[in-house]
Amino acid sequence: MRAMIVAVLALVFAAALTLTVGVRDGGFALLFQALTAFDPTDPAHIAIQSIRMPRLIAGLIAGAALGMAGTIMQAITRNPLADPGILGINAGAAFAVVIGSLIAGRADNGLMAALAFPGAAAAAIAVFALGGGLKGDAGPVRLTLAGVALSAMLLSFVSAIILARNEALEVFRFWVTGSLAQAGMRPLGYMAIAAVLGAGLAIAIAPRIEALSLGSALARGLGTNPGRIQLGALVAVTALTGAAVGVAGPIAFLGLLVPRLARRVGGHVLRRELIAAAILGATILLFADTIGRILIPPAEIRVGTMTALIGAPIFIWMARRLRAGAGA
Amino acid sequence: MTHSNDNALKAENLTIGYGERTVIDNLSLNFPSGRMTAILGPNGCGKSTLLRALARLITPAKGSVRLGGDDIFSMDTRALARRLAILPQASKAPEGITVADLVRRGRTPWRGLFSAWSEADAAAVERALKEVGLTDMSERPIDQLSGGQRQRAWIALVLAQDTPCLLLDEPTTWLDLTHQIEVLSLVRERNRSQGVTVVTVLHDLNLAARFYDTLVLLGPNGMVAAGSPQDVLTEENLTTGFGLSAMVVPDPITGTPMVVPR
Repeated sequence: MRAMIVAVLALVFAAALTLTVGVRDGGFALLFQALTAFDPTDPAHIAIQSIRMPRLIAGLIAGAALGMAGTIMQAITRNPLADPGILGINAGAAFAVVIGSLIAGRADNGLMAALAFPGAAAAAIAVFALGGGLKGDAGPVRLTLAGVALSAMLLSFVSAIILARNEALEVFRFWVTGSLAQAGMRPLGYMAIAAVLGAGLAIAIAPRIEALSLGSALARGLGTNPGRIQLGALVAVTALTGAAVGVAGPIAFLGLLVPRLARRVGGHVLRRELIAAAILGATILLFADTIGRILIPPAEIRVGTMTALIGAPIFIWMARRLRAGAGA
Repeated sequence: MTHSNDNALKAENLTIGYGERTVIDNLSLNFPSGRMTAILGPNGCGKSTLLRALARLITPAKGSVRLGGDDIFSMDTRALARRLAILPQASKAPEGITVADLVRRGRTPWRGLFSAWSEADAAAVERALKEVGLTDMSERPIDQLSGGQRQRAWIALVLAQDTPCLLLDEPTTWLDLTHQIEVLSLVRERNRSQGVTVVTVLHDLNLAARFYDTLVLLGPNGMVAAGSPQDVLTEENLTTGFGLSAMVVPDPITGTPMVVPR
């Protein structure tokens, strides 16, 4: 419980930094003013409300959604190294964005977000079907193999296209690392709804996912239907990751890293873990975004790069600490 | 809570196969309500297959299974899970989970989609932990326990499920003799105190004879015998079932049959 309170305080701090760092040196006093006594003639207030606020909301959606999606993935595959990428979600989104913007002949943020979501969903559904999910016998290993294979295939298509077409390369280059910077121009509302629906579904079926993580035989003995749980988990993960990808583009490592930390905070009760993962995911993403903004001013390091820069070393440290042969 | 109604499990003309291979052929058996029945037999004779069919984990090609007269294959999944629990062989716990968190998962069939943890849930978990003697270790991660304690934690999970019928697939495998006796004793305790119907796949014939009311001996060619330990563990049946030449003498302590291989 104490860890949860610390996490919430860290999130509030991270949100405040997102709103204020880099805006005229007014610090938190300025933020307080802008929020409580908004002055439409003060450019700093306008910057906070119209540029920083969407950025904060995008960060909250993407961070919380990725944290929760990763937590479900690791519970359902019983693989501590699983993340939403394993379902082919990032590859599917990349494929849809590159193909879609080529066909449409334009590549604005709204279009890319609108393409990313169905791309991610289609890939996830394909992986579930290929992994045997439609017959209700998708095991963790089959799902993982199907996801890795489909991702490799989609990304090879993407490579083939961007090597042949310059304009596609531009789109891809811009899109391949996630960013919160253009949040104001993306359909935040729809993505927020998708994320909330996904989160609600995840929380609702969490006890069943817990049963499934004991193995499918015992799960069935406990009165659950493994096929249906997997389908529910897939829908939740797709909605969550689709929302995150739509809001911020692909963001590396967050879905992999956060679940482990969330377990420390939430223990082995999946509902608590999910809530902790949402808080921690948003916190880490917002911190990473702020650090990326202040590291080499006036240039900005995209948050997708920052999470990988920060996440990869932590991940290696975690992998080294995993006992050999230890399961999830 | 005592389970007073009829909780007998009945297999009727059960035929189970994997692909072309028939493992169980037209088997009819009664597992009496409130009694302990052990399923014995050599490796590969279909003991576990039979147990899994009794718990609806596999669907038989032919025949039916009835629990207290109700066909389990047409029952609601959750309703069945409130009446029948199964502990499959060698279950694997999520890494780092505590004993209490593992045992709590046994309450799954009693919980609604959004319903909170109830007092009945807490009481069932507490009782199960007490029955297996792990109350003091309930906050310990399960991977830090000894093999015997770990198996008791798994049994506590199905005890917390609080069903009038309990199926166990080789619950004593990998345990030393002391812990085997410990595990079977606590299962029998639940059986005696609450009239729970117990069906167990077991390897140790002498322990089966000591702890179980009824034995079922399966051989390579189907059922060899079913009945009391005295009726089932005969020299002839052991030859038919296991191809084992053995002497059967009374156990010097309990008087139940004891198998001594020649």
